[in-house]
Amino acid sequence: MTALSVSSPRSIAWPAILKEAAITAFVALLLTVPLVGLRTVDRPTGLGLETRWAEVAAAVGLVFLGRLGLCLIRDGQPTVVLVLAAAATAAGFLIQMPTEALRVILIAGGAIIAIRAAIAIRTGRSKLSQAERDQRMDRIAAKVQHASRWLGPIAVVVALAFPMTPLADRQLLDIGILLLTYIMLGWGLNIVVGLAGLLDLGYVAFYAVGAYSYALLAHYFGLSFWVCLPLAGLLAAGSGVLLGFPVLRLRGDYFAIVTLGFGEIIRIILVNWYQFTGGPNGISGIPRPSFFGVADFVRSPPEGTLAFHEMFGLEFSPLHRIVFLYYLILVLALVVNVFTLRIRKLPLGRAWEALREDDIACASLGINRTNMKLAAFAIAAMFGGFAGSFFATRQGFISPESFTFIESAIILAIVVLGGMGSQIGVVVATLLVIGLPEAFRELADYRMLAFGMGMVLIMLWRPRGLLAHRDPTILLYGRNGKGAGGAAAGTAAAGGQGIAGGRAK
Amino acid sequence: MEYFLQQLINGISLGAIYGLIAIGYTMVYGIIGMINFAHGEIYMIGAFVALITFLALGALGITWVPLALVVMLAASMLFTAVYGWTVERIAYRPLRNSPKLAPLISAIGISIFLQNYVQILQGARSKPLQPILPGNLTLMDGAVSVSYVRLATIIITVALMYGFTQLITRTSLGRAQRACEQDKKMAALLGVDVDRIISLTFVMGAALAAVAGMMVLLIYGVIDFYIGFLAGVKAFTAAVLGGIGSLPGAMLGGVVIGLIEAFWSGYMGSEWKDVATFTILVLVLIFRPTGLLGRPEIEKV
Repeated sequence: MTALSVSSPRSIAWPAILKEAAITAFVALLLTVPLVGLRTVDRPTGLGLETRWAEVAAAVGLVFLGRLGLCLIRDGQPTVVLVLAAAATAAGFLIQMPTEALRVILIAGGAIIAIRAAIAIRTGRSKLSQAERDQRMDRIAAKVQHASRWLGPIAVVVALAFPMTPLADRQLLDIGILLLTYIMLGWGLNIVVGLAGLLDLGYVAFYAVGAYSYALLAHYFGLSFWVCLPLAGLLAAGSGVLLGFPVLRLRGDYFAIVTLGFGEIIRIILVNWYQFTGGPNGISGIPRPSFFGVADFVRSPPEGTLAFHEMFGLEFSPLHRIVFLYYLILVLALVVNVFTLRIRKLPLGRAWEALREDDIACASLGINRTNMKLAAFAIAAMFGGFAGSFFATRQGFISPESFTFIESAIILAIVVLGGMGSQIGVVVATLLVIGLPEAFRELADYRMLAFGMGMVLIMLWRPRGLLAHRDPTILLYGRNGKGAGGAAAGTAAAGGQGIAGGRAK
Repeated sequence: MEYFLQQLINGISLGAIYGLIAIGYTMVYGIIGMINFAHGEIYMIGAFVALITFLALGALGITWVPLALVVMLAASMLFTAVYGWTVERIAYRPLRNSPKLAPLISAIGISIFLQNYVQILQGARSKPLQPILPGNLTLMDGAVSVSYVRLATIIITVALMYGFTQLITRTSLGRAQRACEQDKKMAALLGVDVDRIISLTFVMGAALAAVAGMMVLLIYGVIDFYIGFLAGVKAFTAAVLGGIGSLPGAMLGGVVIGLIEAFWSGYMGSEWKDVATFTILVLVLIFRPTGLLGRPEIEKV
């Protein structure tokens, strides 16, 4: 209500705005009364209820003010709203609120509205239409795509050099490994989702197959990581073919839900077949990787073998293994990336992109749809398997807990948020989706809450993904005279215009 | 034979629950062609609202069971419907004309959000509830016993289905809804407020899911914040099995899934029952992709 006293130009239709805000607040009241206002608590006599009306009142009030702010932005008063929202955010940081949850809501809500107002101030002056704004964002995305030609190598060099810097402590390296694992999974899934256009909701199944392949082969046959890595890839690819063969005839959403079913089936098998897989307890004591089978990362190696630090005449440090794991996953991820970039220019890759754009046209041109899709499925599964066996050897312990649907959803979210088919988009999205929550570990419980909301917000803001970009890799007449094989960025701006134009109509 | 009958009744009541959730999936899919991934969470919220309402009634001293049940039903339908409406308004409506994947991702986001929302607010531990409707109806000299709760589930579901069918086939609202399902643009040209109809579709689906949530609470007496996922997937399986977009199909699919699950648990042990469900889903999609009652889809170029 403070907004009222600050400024009230006549052009603003206060009754309408207030009514709208009141309706929103009423909806918020209905939403919060049962779940926020009444909490179930365990009492010795059974379940009991606790009331938290203060939180309901505060939430409803905040929603009312927030809606008021959004209405004012719409009616051309963004500056006032920006100041007030920023003040609210600051107040959230400084003033003690009755509960932690409210503070988070106040800060996050204030920040979002402030950002919205800031955007409105920036774009409001130039009087651009929504379509033009989208177009501009598309152009920025295209620029980033273009920049990835020199940005990519730089990023690789930075990633390579990172463990040598004094910055690299245990914790940062672990986060680096985690990020790289997801980047690799994202790139792997990008082959199926981004290139071939198949919506796979059960990618984690292949990750699980890879992890369990290594763990079981090591457990029962004592095979080393370096023997198991290709085997795990093969087994995962085999399971991809096995699962893919019956379902690839299906289209769109049906395909998605069947892959989800398969993902769950594999997880349930892992849980229930406890004689073989250890059931819900998982498998522990998975052997760590050696230095290419030559030397182990141990302080005192068994008689007759060499340890890594002895081989290179270094002081023993437990960090050596972590650094080695970091480089291992970096190389694995880069292999996936290079493979994807290359295969796009081969007939197989072109067929995938063509299938994604028009299934029926492809069939009429004599492309064997099932085989092409199967290839995409198997190759992506293989990379998932590699990532899985890396995960197993890094953790030393795996259980079905690690392979739930939520993992699939996170990997898919990385691909879609980044912009399907965009390699650099996967990296950006991984930094957002995995990196940000890691950075805000102290928020613990609210992390996943924010994660879910973040997914929604990014989709609302950029429905095609952050770095949406869907140019065919190959064009018939080249681009701006650069030749057919050139990078994708040349006409990306034009493509962006096409997209924006299409949306505007 | 008695054991068979027992499992049959268990299966039908379980199937009724899946069917109620499946209707939400099938209606939304029919009208805007997306898998409403958050529908399972809506059902979970329905169960929680029912539980909270019951506890609140207990605190107010209202213990007369029939009244309590009616209030629970009404409250969970009302509040859950508001959740359904809000989810559509926030996460799906702005993406109406976006590429197909966008609403799906946004639905997964909402699903994660709602799960954690309930977990933070109500706690991660499962919530047990003492039986509200104890007692059994014994048939065949005590060989088969049907608990009143399961009986009530079946009766309420049948009644709801009757009312719902009337709503869809007889009222102008139902007519508008069917029109939107066939051709949104044409319906809009003829004066149907398409956005409103889509909102109402979500509201109705959420209300039915809330009933399912309350039934699960009454039958099993224990819920937690994670029940939505598996039930959602199974209900979607039911919707696909029955032929997505078809309302009787959703109910039929639900009952079939419920029966399979009950018989599988009864004769083969409950460990692999989920695998059985998913296998059925895969088999149906491979051999009859349009489901049991679905119309064949014509592929247009």
